[in-house]
Amino acid sequence: MLRAVGIGKSFGVVQALSDVDLEVRPGEVVGLVGENGAGKSTLMRILAGVQQPSAGELRRDGELLRLRSPREAAAAGIAMVFQEQSLLPNLSVAENLFLGHEAGFTRFGMIDRRRMRDAARGLLARVRLDVDPATRTSDLSFAARQMVELAKALALEDRVRRDLVILLDEPTSVLERADIDILFARVRALKQRASFVFVSHRLDEVLAISDRVYVMKDGRVVAQMPAAEAQAPALHRLMVGRALQAEYYREQEQRPFADTPVLETNGLAVAGSYRDVSLSLHAGEVLGIAGVVGSGREELVRTLFGFLPPTAGTISVDGKPVALRVPSDAVALGIGYIPRERRVEGLAMLLSIAVNMTLANLDVVMRHGLIDRARERALARDWATKLNIRTPGTDTLCRNLSGGNQQKVVLTKWLNARSRILILDHPTRGLDVGAKEEVYRLIRELCAAGTAILLTSDTLDETIGLSHTVIVMRDGVVAACFDAPPGRKPPQLDLIGHMV
Amino acid sequence: MVGRRLRAAIPVLVLVGLGGLIATQNGMFLQPGNLVRVASAASIPLVLALGATFVILLGSIDLSVEGVMAVGSVALSLLVRNDGSTADWGLVAVVPVLLAGATIGALNGLLHVGFRIPSFMVTLGTWFAGVGLATVLLGGGTVRVTDPSIRGLALDRWLGFPLIVWVALLALFVAWVIQTYTRTGRYIYAIGGGEDLAALSGVPVARVKVATFALAGTFYALGGVMAAAQLGQGNAVIGEGRLFTTITAVVVGGSALSGGEGGVLNTFVGVLVVAVLANGLVLLGVSPYWQQTVQGAMIVVAVALSVERKRARIVK
Repeated sequence: MLRAVGIGKSFGVVQALSDVDLEVRPGEVVGLVGENGAGKSTLMRILAGVQQPSAGELRRDGELLRLRSPREAAAAGIAMVFQEQSLLPNLSVAENLFLGHEAGFTRFGMIDRRRMRDAARGLLARVRLDVDPATRTSDLSFAARQMVELAKALALEDRVRRDLVILLDEPTSVLERADIDILFARVRALKQRASFVFVSHRLDEVLAISDRVYVMKDGRVVAQMPAAEAQAPALHRLMVGRALQAEYYREQEQRPFADTPVLETNGLAVAGSYRDVSLSLHAGEVLGIAGVVGSGREELVRTLFGFLPPTAGTISVDGKPVALRVPSDAVALGIGYIPRERRVEGLAMLLSIAVNMTLANLDVVMRHGLIDRARERALARDWATKLNIRTPGTDTLCRNLSGGNQQKVVLTKWLNARSRILILDHPTRGLDVGAKEEVYRLIRELCAAGTAILLTSDTLDETIGLSHTVIVMRDGVVAACFDAPPGRKPPQLDLIGHMV
Repeated sequence: MVGRRLRAAIPVLVLVGLGGLIATQNGMFLQPGNLVRVASAASIPLVLALGATFVILLGSIDLSVEGVMAVGSVALSLLVRNDGSTADWGLVAVVPVLLAGATIGALNGLLHVGFRIPSFMVTLGTWFAGVGLATVLLGGGTVRVTDPSIRGLALDRWLGFPLIVWVALLALFVAWVIQTYTRTGRYIYAIGGGEDLAALSGVPVARVKVATFALAGTFYALGGVMAAAQLGQGNAVIGEGRLFTTITAVVVGGSALSGGEGGVLNTFVGVLVVAVLANGLVLLGVSPYWQQTVQGAMIVVAVALSVERKRARIVK
């Protein structure tokens, strides 16, 4: 009843989706799986009318659909339950449920609050959520809010005279186990009222709730099968499946690392996220951390740069215990962080590349207590040449650079700060293939010069290809550790076995 | 939207256009005597706006201009030869006055950072508190400055311009050096450009913010000194109406209220635009009430021209 045919979407040079076909049948739950960056969220946003496809078409019951806004999608019976919850915390549950549709409750231009609350009660009953509609939304638990979102999506059936398609984008990522079970029970019970598209990183969940599963990789649908026939490891293989390309990751340039640990953790834990993590990172080593969302690896990385104070365990740098309370503690210890949110956390987009490069360590350009601007520009020119940063000049604003060149400026910032430990948090996210290769080359060069690198990445492929050692996290603990010397990289399947 | 380069040049174009327009309407405008008058009138606004520029570059706002000015002018008047107290510190009195300004500014910063109160609210409070404090110091009256060295700032001339014009230009130079060549200046831009990013790069954000507000307070106190010199007296309402011209000058100069863009040279141009316009309206015989109306309209137009509306989806 809802079909996407040949959908393509490009953002500048990055092709986020190409030639995607997807079908949603009445009364079924369609699961959508894929790694980060595989295009799941983009596809969902297109179905929800938030973004428009650059190619292909959507059809609803055979007729062509052109969705220019979420409002038009709603009119066609498509509702999205957003990953970031879309309820306004300062309004009541009832006000949220009917936001934008108050017209049905007005009398003489005034909202009849009692009638609205009664109607809200009816909607909440559909998802069997027992809360007073007058409750302020911020007072609800996360799980309850998710149910309100679902009720809000279902409210559409009163306004649209056709079967609903409800898009659930990572609805479980913030829920506890028990709440997930409740959500799934509701979804199953609602199947005769609506069809669902369910996106999650967690394969077990997708398999538990879906009737049919689509697997996406690199912006394409690579497989489609009934959930009953699918198995988690096989799905995961499809998600990551790409032969390891030794050349791509410059494996031949991977050098053995020194035996001097520079960063160690012992029994490190953050309550509720991960526990008992002991690892050691050596000079010249790339240590990759693999794990699905919720495995605790994101939180571990944040701890090591001082974002998230540990609740137990110790961190040592060069054998000395250290406290990382805030990021500047980490910077002072020679740790650099290359964030996934390059535009927010990596670069001051409105400042020049020269200024960005010296931000973490102005000492390199200070003379007699003042900044030597000429020296700063010369330094920036040197780095731009060395790292092959394509820019009209050193006064160019960072926002005018391409993603790959921006990433190189972020790297330069830490090179200027003489960081000996770099935390690369999804360093190639949003980069095109050529830019990725350049980042790989830089990683190899840095390691050869003795820099220690902690890596998390969107793809398993990249993690294995670049790392000397890979640790796998699952459910908050280190589940396995693999050596990954050049030429004898562990197969992805071995890692996957420990991830899911 | 207007291109970036063009947008950067707009304040200068406005200044030139405005000057040209007024000159064609009234030949008096370009007379040396009138230009000296414009420069004198622009000196105090320039010093005040320089201080505010740093705060605005941070992405914060500082409303305490008039309060700090009041304290500065009253404190100075009481420390130099005057008709209310027996003190006679001469020019040395400027030092403790500037320190007092820095202290009030630092207090602004500490309250803003320490208690996470929006700078708007904190400085709204210190604005009032400052005026109150100045009133208390004087018991509600006015004190006349008789010190020749202080009065000389406004009355003595060098190369045809009163000394306060040179003081203002010196302040501009100092502010430019701070902005361009010091660590603090660089960090102010970094914080204005992205506070998270600055913190992640190891910038001591809290310390820089406090220092910035202290710096601004110092400039306002200097403004107070200059006002006391110009008027020959200290009183609590000496700064009245100054906040508006200060913020207007910074914004008209092209510094972004969201922080990270612009600078003291923009502010210099902005102050000249405001001063030339005020002068021109007088020369053209426009009533003072209309002058105020025009200035009010100008700040709105300036913001409308400087904001990149495409980027800012939500405006509060």
